[in-house]
Amino acid sequence: MKKKKTTGRIVLEVIGILLALLWLSPFYIMLVNAFKTKREMFENTLAPPSEPVFQNFIQAFQELDFLRTFFNSFLITSLSIVCIVFFSAMAAYALSRNKSKVSGIIFFLFVASMLIPFQSVMIPLVKMFSELQSLNKWGLIFMYIGFGSGLSLFLYHGALKNIPISLDEAAKIDGATKWQTFWHVIFPLLRPIGITVAILNVIWIWNDFLLPSLVLGQGDETIPLKLFLFFGQYTKQWTLALAGLTISIIPVIIGYFIAQKHIIKGVSDGAVK
Amino acid sequence: MKTKNIMYWVFIAPVLAALLIVVVVPFVWGIYYSLTEWSGDMAQTPVFTGFQNYQSLLSDPTFLNALWFTFKYAIVTVIIINVVGFSLALIVTSYIKSKDFLRTIFFMPNLIGGLILGFVWQFIFTNIFNALGDALGVEMLQGWLATPATGFWGLVILHVWQMAGYIMIIYIAYLQSIPDELLEAADMDGASYAQKLKNVIMPLVAPAFTVSMFLTLSGAFKIYDQNLSLTGGGPGGSTKMIAMDIVDTAFAMNTMGLAQAKAVVFFIIVAILSLTQVYYNKKKEVEL
Repeated sequence: MKKKKTTGRIVLEVIGILLALLWLSPFYIMLVNAFKTKREMFENTLAPPSEPVFQNFIQAFQELDFLRTFFNSFLITSLSIVCIVFFSAMAAYALSRNKSKVSGIIFFLFVASMLIPFQSVMIPLVKMFSELQSLNKWGLIFMYIGFGSGLSLFLYHGALKNIPISLDEAAKIDGATKWQTFWHVIFPLLRPIGITVAILNVIWIWNDFLLPSLVLGQGDETIPLKLFLFFGQYTKQWTLALAGLTISIIPVIIGYFIAQKHIIKGVSDGAVK
Repeated sequence: MKTKNIMYWVFIAPVLAALLIVVVVPFVWGIYYSLTEWSGDMAQTPVFTGFQNYQSLLSDPTFLNALWFTFKYAIVTVIIINVVGFSLALIVTSYIKSKDFLRTIFFMPNLIGGLILGFVWQFIFTNIFNALGDALGVEMLQGWLATPATGFWGLVILHVWQMAGYIMIIYIAYLQSIPDELLEAADMDGASYAQKLKNVIMPLVAPAFTVSMFLTLSGAFKIYDQNLSLTGGGPGGSTKMIAMDIVDTAFAMNTMGLAQAKAVVFFIIVAILSLTQVYYNKKKEVEL
């Protein structure tokens, strides 16, 4: 019996490793060809490069204006996240501690907004912001707060149910204002769900393409947007294009390995709740 | 906190303002736009035309084709992603040594944007598949993405590869909540793995099936980036899905009213799917 189990385990282990290799193969293909000359790529697409060429990376890095593009993505994502994490928690706190009809309606509005696909508001949204002269990165950050608040507020609201109201009352007796209660008592307790909220929003905002493409002008491009323009320009120069793709993926992979536990937990909590 | 209290409104105001300006007002305004004819020119005022846009949708071959393609695509991807995701979850929750490593790998594509992944796979389908086809003498591998059928399956493969790891995470959460005693008891009774799977594991992760089914379903309906970067809707618009058709109708053809009518129909479809999910989840919770 025991022996049978070990063989079963080894078979499963082998299947797992083979699947993992299959899962990684697109990254392998991208990476090896990014290091080839155009000619070598056509002669042998699957093998590693005979002699790695770094020229593609240098050119792609320059064409993507990568430091600037990365900074744009970083600025837009981080400011949006700080606002979403903080403002949604505040609103969720007020709504959960006030059980009036008004709170119910406002909460419903946030939850219902999650049903609306982006394309259904896209045209009026762009027109409105263009009339307000706000088709720029600040306008974009504001839009992300609007689109991100539904799910974020919903998640915070669920977590707040488990924070006893007696804590609020104790703080009140100690003479804390509403703001002090929130900032010193409630917000620290919301940290676990706050991390989930941050992660879910980072994944989405960092990778978003369509909205930035409608909003951002030249010089403000985020990574996906710049990459799309770059790709359109070098559509037949695959080695260069693959180097550009590799450069764009690297920050995400680094982030993943740093925060892996939080990311998987966040994604799991966000979906199941 | 009282509604009359100013602090209540101070706490709510930032996100409420953003929600109203970014989602609620454009949504209501959009319904009006769907009843007008407008080129998107800022100097021009939309002309009210009643339900004309909705009427022309019924005979718009691009839209009907996109709708049909999206439905087919959604059904196929939902089934495959869930089967693959569940299988991966079973592998990484078993007693193998490499499970943590495997979980990391399977989930990885999910973090990278659909636009980038679509470009990577475009290279694979055009160059690698051609090279493999030449080397192995398999004609089926030639000319991928050049026909509607290979474009369809190309999109399916890309999407499954990207999303299976995400769905795996959801199944893992439910699989890990199964009490060990139950599985041990089944072992004691001499149950085979297949029997355990069918009679113990599957019934207990049933709620995960509902969650995952609808997550993948609405995901498949809303897909845009992958569609744009992998096939660009081609060849000849045959692989264009609803989301992309709306964007093109708006910003390539400059028929905003018609695009908005499509967007309203799109909303209704997505809303029905999501509400069905909420309904089923609530029903399940009551039963539990």
